[in-house]
Amino acid sequence: MTALRQATEVVDPVPGASSPHLPQQPDLIQLLTPEGERIEHPDYALDISDEQLRGLYRDLALVRRWDVEATALQRQGELGIWASLLGQEAAQIGAGRALAADDMAFPTYREHGVAWARGVDPLHVMSLFRGVDNGGWNPVERGFNLYTIVIGSQCLHATGYAMGVQRDGAESAVLAFLGDGATSQGEVNEAMIFAASFSAPVVFFCQNNQYAISVPIERQARVPLFQRAAGFGFPGVRVDGNDVLAVLAVTRAALAAAREGQGPTFIEAFTYRMGAHTTSDDPTRYRLASELEEWNLRDPIGRLKAYLSRSGIADHVFFDGVDAEGDELAARIRSGTLEMADPPPASMFDHVYAEQTPPLAAQRAEFVEYHASFEGGEH
Amino acid sequence: MAETLTIGKALNLGLRRAMEDDAKVVLMGEDIGKLGGVFRITDGLQKDFGEDRVVDTPLAEAGILGTAVGLAMRGYRPVCEIQFDGFVFPAYNQIVTQVAKIHARSQGTLTMPIVIRIPFGGGIGAVEHHSESPEAYFAHTPGLKVVAVSNPVDAYWGIQQAIAHPDPIVFLEPKRRYWEKAEVDTDATPEPLFRSRVVRGGDDVTVLAYGPMVKTALQAAEAAADEGRSLEVIDLRTVSPLDLEPVYESVRRTGRCVVVHEAAVTLGVGAEIAARVTETCFHSLEAPVLRVGGYDTPYPPSKLEEEYLPDLDRVLDAVDRSMGY
Repeated sequence: MTALRQATEVVDPVPGASSPHLPQQPDLIQLLTPEGERIEHPDYALDISDEQLRGLYRDLALVRRWDVEATALQRQGELGIWASLLGQEAAQIGAGRALAADDMAFPTYREHGVAWARGVDPLHVMSLFRGVDNGGWNPVERGFNLYTIVIGSQCLHATGYAMGVQRDGAESAVLAFLGDGATSQGEVNEAMIFAASFSAPVVFFCQNNQYAISVPIERQARVPLFQRAAGFGFPGVRVDGNDVLAVLAVTRAALAAAREGQGPTFIEAFTYRMGAHTTSDDPTRYRLASELEEWNLRDPIGRLKAYLSRSGIADHVFFDGVDAEGDELAARIRSGTLEMADPPPASMFDHVYAEQTPPLAAQRAEFVEYHASFEGGEH
Repeated sequence: MAETLTIGKALNLGLRRAMEDDAKVVLMGEDIGKLGGVFRITDGLQKDFGEDRVVDTPLAEAGILGTAVGLAMRGYRPVCEIQFDGFVFPAYNQIVTQVAKIHARSQGTLTMPIVIRIPFGGGIGAVEHHSESPEAYFAHTPGLKVVAVSNPVDAYWGIQQAIAHPDPIVFLEPKRRYWEKAEVDTDATPEPLFRSRVVRGGDDVTVLAYGPMVKTALQAAEAAADEGRSLEVIDLRTVSPLDLEPVYESVRRTGRCVVVHEAAVTLGVGAEIAARVTETCFHSLEAPVLRVGGYDTPYPPSKLEEEYLPDLDRVLDAVDRSMGY
């Protein structure tokens, strides 16, 4: 009993923090305070133009507008489900904009911000949540894999892809997305072992949004997540996930190290899922409103807006323009979603195999014939 | 050139040839490098092709299959060795939820030319988890193809054809027959991969088998001939897709059909075949399709495996029952 208690004390999750999912955390890399004050970090200088800063704001605002529209469309019955990124915009845009054109990203199912940064048409994401397809973009063309729903599985794909990059002698890197819950998955741990053993050019980008649906981070990890990396033999860093500048700087550095042959990095982007896990979830059952209030003060968009305004990098004309662009985007997403045609029924038989099998071809023919039997009939 | 090869050596030569033919072929697995694999199927390949093409992986089967997915996305053709049949299950998630579905998920944009080599089946006196027949799990999964070779010729050509094929293939190797020999003509034109083959003609009963049970079925046919019964033996060669046209043709002549496999009979490959043969050959059947297979128990400790595994006598018993209708 004593030994057990001692062990628990030794692995106190975050010394000094009253609760591990509240935002005051040690070791948090920050370049922009929640109040919008630009600060420097000794290890992470950020070389960025005013135009790029305005671009980041535009990204953040537009993906949030998309997210709001998607949630509304789900509520109106036009999407089967929606996984909101509310609160995680900076983590995703910072990471997505750190990628070079020929880098490859492996998302979970919530990386709409990264999809945006990779030039994926939002409608190609909406079609997944509407049930038209499993994602309509070309993963290789976009440098952005299809969404992977089984938690953590994509970390191995990313690592294997990075092993391929190594064999090709290419100078590109791979970014694997995962959440805090995924760090408990065996496959994620296997991915980090393979990545370390082969020194693969892959960066693990973990958005610690504090909850795996309802289960808080304390149940997944008794140490800060970024410290896990040490056990695998590569660097781990914890960045303020609501600070788009810090995320951009940290992810750029990690990807550059990977491209230079220095192997993997684990990035813990400390953030918070402001919305529900998905539109099917009810977060009031497992977390307090006070927690939300505290995180609301650290909103990723508000702090960048404050900085841009105060420093004169952007004015109200710019912000109004982004708002108007957001409304146009939302209108396009809405009309495009409503206009999506259902896929032809027999299309489910297509692409099961690259080389169709005779039994499946026969089953397809039977299905088509069965369907045809209703045409002009009572059905 | 014709040479006498064991199944194991035929696989080794087939892998070597596939690696020579295509620089994108990468072998991955546990102990497949310096050691050459626990069954020595990859013997000498790392020495000749290097550590980047014959990869001793960390000891993690999901890791092997998951990284193979990424390599395939990057244009490689991974050939994954699972050390023993019972160890494929840690990789089952990757195989079933990812490898099998990615081509469909991507609407044909991505292909998964991955070969999953698994030494399968019992009869070697091993401890638990080393004698399993997991083919039905994979054959039940859309997106996968499942091949089970029975002889050195099919081993030599089949592994090369599987590696060149665009779809993921579970390639089952009959581990207790690794040392069986036959003459392999390495200049011949191979038979297509997904075709069954009549390996012994006969008139009274059609006996179907694949992998290690083909030899057992042939032995049964030999013994039956001594009693004046003529068994037609068909080596299915592929479990998914099933190639049953030669089976239907045969059953229409014999009116009787017995399916033999080591896997447990309930909801196994034999059940699917029985259903299809019944649907297609209903008016030709003189007897119900019978199944000979493992019992619905965990694979037993090795002192009992001879009781569990179908043998010549159990096949002949089924033939007798079929003839008795």
